[in-house]
Amino acid sequence: MSRALITLFLAVPLLASACSQSAGGGTRQEGPPRPGGTLTIGIATPPDCVDPQQVGLNAGLNVGRQLVDSLTDQDPETGEIAPWLAERWEVADDAKSFTFQLREGATFSDGSPVDAAAVKASFDGIKELGPSALVASGYLAEYTGTTVVDQYTARVEFAEPSAQFLQATSTMSLGLLAPAAYDATPQQRCRGEGLIGSGPFVFESFSQNQEIVIGKRHGYTWGSSLWEREGEAYLDRVIYRIVPEPGVRTGSLASGQLDAITDVQPVDEARFEGGEFSSSVRSNPGIVFNLHANTARGVLADENVRKAVQKAVNRKEVSDTVLSPNYAPASSILAASTPLHTDLSAELAHDPDGASALLDEAGWVEGPDGIRVRNGERLSASVIFSSAFNQSQSVLELVQQQLRAVGFELRVEPHPTPEVTDRQQRGDYEFLWYNVTRADPDILRNTFSTEAGDRSKLEPGNPLDVALDKQAASTEAAVRGPGAAEAQRLIVEHAYAIPVFELSQVIALGPTAHDVAFEASSRLRLFDAWVSPS
Amino acid sequence: MGLAVVTAGKVPVAYVLRRLAQAVLVLWAAFTVSFVILYLLPGDAVLTKLGSAEGGITADPAELAAIRAEYGMDEPVPVQYADRLLAALTGDFGTSVSTGETATHMVVSALPSTLAIAVPALLLAIVIGGGVALLGTYPRQRWLGQLLLSLPPLGISLPPFWVGLLLIQLFSFELGLLPAMGGEGFQSVILPSVTLALPVGAIVAQVLAKSLATQQAQPYVDVVAAKGASRSRVHIGHVLRNAAVPALTLAGVVTGNLLAGSVVTETVFSRDGIGRVTADAVTAQDIPVVQAVIVLAAAVFVLINLIVDLLYPVLDPRIAHTPDAGPARERAHV
Repeated sequence: MSRALITLFLAVPLLASACSQSAGGGTRQEGPPRPGGTLTIGIATPPDCVDPQQVGLNAGLNVGRQLVDSLTDQDPETGEIAPWLAERWEVADDAKSFTFQLREGATFSDGSPVDAAAVKASFDGIKELGPSALVASGYLAEYTGTTVVDQYTARVEFAEPSAQFLQATSTMSLGLLAPAAYDATPQQRCRGEGLIGSGPFVFESFSQNQEIVIGKRHGYTWGSSLWEREGEAYLDRVIYRIVPEPGVRTGSLASGQLDAITDVQPVDEARFEGGEFSSSVRSNPGIVFNLHANTARGVLADENVRKAVQKAVNRKEVSDTVLSPNYAPASSILAASTPLHTDLSAELAHDPDGASALLDEAGWVEGPDGIRVRNGERLSASVIFSSAFNQSQSVLELVQQQLRAVGFELRVEPHPTPEVTDRQQRGDYEFLWYNVTRADPDILRNTFSTEAGDRSKLEPGNPLDVALDKQAASTEAAVRGPGAAEAQRLIVEHAYAIPVFELSQVIALGPTAHDVAFEASSRLRLFDAWVSPS
Repeated sequence: MGLAVVTAGKVPVAYVLRRLAQAVLVLWAAFTVSFVILYLLPGDAVLTKLGSAEGGITADPAELAAIRAEYGMDEPVPVQYADRLLAALTGDFGTSVSTGETATHMVVSALPSTLAIAVPALLLAIVIGGGVALLGTYPRQRWLGQLLLSLPPLGISLPPFWVGLLLIQLFSFELGLLPAMGGEGFQSVILPSVTLALPVGAIVAQVLAKSLATQQAQPYVDVVAAKGASRSRVHIGHVLRNAAVPALTLAGVVTGNLLAGSVVTETVFSRDGIGRVTADAVTAQDIPVVQAVIVLAAAVFVLINLIVDLLYPVLDPRIAHTPDAGPARERAHV
């Protein structure tokens, strides 16, 4: 016993050295791709639900995406919307009505046809779910109904202009389920029972906190027009193993107990670059991680103070020290992978002198502990967040130091998710720290518009509202573009939110796993993934 | 102040009834305290479910209210409490907001997986902890005794989290002998059981060693030794037998430790079980599930303590359950 303990202590340095070297010195197996085999992929969090129409978190979406097809697909490179289940579509000029012409021959895994009636059943079903399908029902916010024009033509209508809907049809949240799926309760579908889609994989099993298994859909021939080949997926089976501890995930990949892992921590990235391993990385489109200011609270009501914070944040240092080159410094409130992203890196440059000048001008003078004061008030604000992303705390602590250098005190306050949500709802915060994934600029309307999330607590009808409504009113990039650009510019200019860095999905693949890809929203796309014989 | 003398094994009915009443009281208190605490925390399970959607898009208050009504969370607090309490009496703790399954089902289905590591861990803890205590107090090798007796404080202070990771690193990643994760087969039970056994074994060793030392100082030890009993016979046959009884009082504490330890152990070893269910439910403020776990834990605790108390007179005829004596009393040696 004592010997064992001594050995344990001696093992600590060994552990550190073992972590720094890759297991084995092999090389990656090369193609051509071959059908068959099982991919076992380690994921960090247990999905609370695998029905893509109901979930909002990555863990569930990475499973759900493989089980359903969508009306359209989005090109990850250009953001263009391309045919998938719908061969073509027409959008009314007022962006209130969308008519989809479906391809023929696609079927759900229960054999029923993917037709206009199924589109109606799915969208009505999502509407029925209401707030428990938060993301999907948000996409259908002003939905008034679907008309079955003929067997393969469906017209979807809205009460208000809803330009974002076209991109929304490419997401898994609006992926189609068979009409029969709605015979099951929402809870049953969450567990995978009666979750009948038309995707390249079908649901097999779900054991809580352990694993989710999906299998190949045989006879699948109706893949997206963006995919490079037709026909079935390569893999016979995909096993998502839930492995919460990052060290165990990386070690299991290195020792060959897993074929691939998600959520590689910045500190482990180097281990899986080159040699027999490879990584896939994609930045999440949508709103970057940011300090969203409540302009009705404390010192943040003063625009000069917010601007000073904006200038005092050294985004490059955040990416370089706490994170890794895979996490780009923010260049706008939207990530660069978002369609209609505007590059505002110049406005977001690190400028501590400018920050100090702004604060001096506003009458904030250095107090005894280095934090500025004015008329007895400290230049201080809190940021509340829940740790959905592991590095949030470290990032905020670094930002805290950067702001301290110009005499601003940032109080970092982690809270459990329910509490953060509760306070966000009540407007009880100074800074809110979060990100949102969506490959469409309309996500800004969700959080900034006074008619939606209203997180900045601005006056209704302000110029930002106008710009946001403008980009929502048309699917034409020529109209949307200026609206979206204006909105981004206003947010950065007035520092309603202080963008910091772009979240990225980092996946590591072992020697036998290949072509695990991302779709436009940075969720997994396993249609092309394959494994070489080990 | 007269000492009660009863025949071994005979337990008064009144005593059992009183103990049962106490048990019910403990269960009710556990249920109530957990309800109050979870209720007072800001936010609730509905917010967790809907607010954690990527996008932090939150449903509007009217919609949230509709969902709360679905789960009966719109009733006045005393009514909610009464409803829950009445349902709990029939074993129904309600439906989990986050998974949509009944809390009872979630807890019951997670139990086997936890037992699969808790039972071997308990056995290991008793064997190792008992061994360390016996050897450490064995009168022969003083230096070895000192060394061995320094182990329990060490064992209790090693974080199970760290121990688990070390064991995985060594036996799974380096040597490839055992799986690092999951819950299939006997092999997957070994490392988590050892991890869980360590702090529990340390407690067993610590208490048993203290108890053994106390007994060794008793005059009867000199008497039996003088009568010519061998060193080991004195140690095992007399000292251990008398020392084991006080050590039994630990059973409840040990069980609590096993349950608490399962949270960390199951996370490190990627297993499903009560620990994981509890951690998830607490994080999500999923009141039904948390209450089901707490009541289960309290019930186990109460049951084990009851069994131990009833066993005392069987093990030691000098201990009696008198109507006014709560704790066991020892008869003076003459």
